[in-house]
Amino acid sequence: MHSASKERGAADFLLSGNGVKSAPGLFGEAENSCIEPKISARGVNFYYGPKRALKDINMDFSPRLITAIIGPSGCGKSTFIRLLNRMNELVPGTRLEGEILLDGLDIVAPVCDVAELRKRVGMVFQKPNPFPKSIFENVAYGLEINGSLARRAIEEKVEDSLKKAALWDEVKDRLRESALGLSGGQQQRLCIARCLAVEPEVILFDEPCASLDPISTAKIEELILTLKKTYTIVIVTHNMQQAARVSDRTAFFLMGELIEYGGTGMIFKAPHDRRTEDYITGRFG
Amino acid sequence: MIKRNKEKGIEWLFTALAFSSLVFLTGIVIVLVKEALPIFSTVSLPAFLGGESWYPTAEPPEFGIFPLIMASFWVSAGAMLICVPLGVGSALYLHELAGERQRAVLKPVIEVLASVPSIIYGFFGMVILAPFLQDRFNLPIGLCVLSTSIVLGVMATPTVASIAEDALGYVPRSFREASFALGANRWETLTRVIIPAAGSGISTAVILGMSRAIGETMTVLMVAGGAAVVPSSIFDPVRPMTAAIAAEMGEAPVGSDHYHALFAVALALFIVTFAFNIIAELISRRYRLKLGLSR
Repeated sequence: MHSASKERGAADFLLSGNGVKSAPGLFGEAENSCIEPKISARGVNFYYGPKRALKDINMDFSPRLITAIIGPSGCGKSTFIRLLNRMNELVPGTRLEGEILLDGLDIVAPVCDVAELRKRVGMVFQKPNPFPKSIFENVAYGLEINGSLARRAIEEKVEDSLKKAALWDEVKDRLRESALGLSGGQQQRLCIARCLAVEPEVILFDEPCASLDPISTAKIEELILTLKKTYTIVIVTHNMQQAARVSDRTAFFLMGELIEYGGTGMIFKAPHDRRTEDYITGRFG
Repeated sequence: MIKRNKEKGIEWLFTALAFSSLVFLTGIVIVLVKEALPIFSTVSLPAFLGGESWYPTAEPPEFGIFPLIMASFWVSAGAMLICVPLGVGSALYLHELAGERQRAVLKPVIEVLASVPSIIYGFFGMVILAPFLQDRFNLPIGLCVLSTSIVLGVMATPTVASIAEDALGYVPRSFREASFALGANRWETLTRVIIPAAGSGISTAVILGMSRAIGETMTVLMVAGGAAVVPSSIFDPVRPMTAAIAAEMGEAPVGSDHYHALFAVALALFIVTFAFNIIAELISRRYRLKLGLSR
């Protein structure tokens, strides 16, 4: 019963497109968590012009788990997660076949409001990309474009998001300074805070540590693990150790195909497919 | 040994070439200052800059360039009102909305517009625009602040558009992606991220457009009307600084007060445009730092 009302709430939210907030308590009920997939991709093919970049992907993402996508460069892993918040639409000449469902609703459908979708499915990019604004303004940006919050509420939300992103103590005395003065690792945590501020349900990490040093990487990984309690997380990574360290489930992509998908322990210790084994043992990639 | 001397020679040649602009600039400044200074034994600096009558050939002559400064100021300000919206608007359209095919046509067209000789703009203003304004607003003469502003504004538009478009192009794509990923729409992304990030570059474009307008001579000579009076409305004919120099230099006897006064006008004009360029350079440097670019 609860799940039905949740679905309807989500449907209103996605389809009406006028900013109706989804039903409260979406995350409050642990008993629902492992029943329905948060996101599922059904028969997804994706083309850059004539080139087929993704081949018939079927994949489910469970809520409040961390799913890692690994694979060599050019295997389509980034292309795939960028479909989950429709970022690939910004690239001209692309075409998608198949369905992608968020809480059972098709996000590819033309009636789906893409701005609302992106508020529910946040993204952290490969290279830290804070705006050339102050630290405060970076985090407040997502709140301000929604426009409904009072100044005081925005300030609280910014503080709260920076705390969740484990950055508050480092920046609380210089919120008005430019975000570009932060180190790479701090910038990336700022981008995570900025993403958390709009209260997404899903967070997509597209190789979030690719440009960071090992210490910053460790901090981000630790942070991702704490975020798992609240959010559904998908992380694309080049770094197999990272996938092994943070994820619950791992998918291996190769040349646009999903080769193998299962529990992280299983994928790394006893892969079924020969190609997965070759990749994780370092025979190619 | 010969080879080494040859290399030394080439090095010297390029050093000389590189420093030639500096030599020209210094030469210009020295000549301007030297030729301008004698006038200040006839008129004081405040009387020169603030005096409201410019009668250089009357007896006794009066050298107050305030009407010329005001004329330059008003036609440039008017030109800004036209070229800023047009230029920045075109840049935004080209950058944000135009498809590949439209860009392929519009960009070269804007650049050609920039290369039309100013006499053609002046001719257009004199033969078509001025009679039209005269007719439309029932004026004694169509050559006025308004006609000059319009022509200068159109002339400066391609400069502004082209530089502003470059500035927008320098904004990293990652800013746009970050904004979209937070649920912003195109308009919010443009107004809250892209334009602020390109803001300093856009202001540079505006300042350079302005210095183009203020330094333009041929056009203002043809369409401004030539009256050395502080304008009281946009329909008054005026005599901007550049037009005064161009029109009068031929008649002023070398070494006369009039001659020196015209050099002083040129010096004032030089200082103004120089200041604009310095400001533009400072702004664009700040902007590069802000975006973390080090070009």
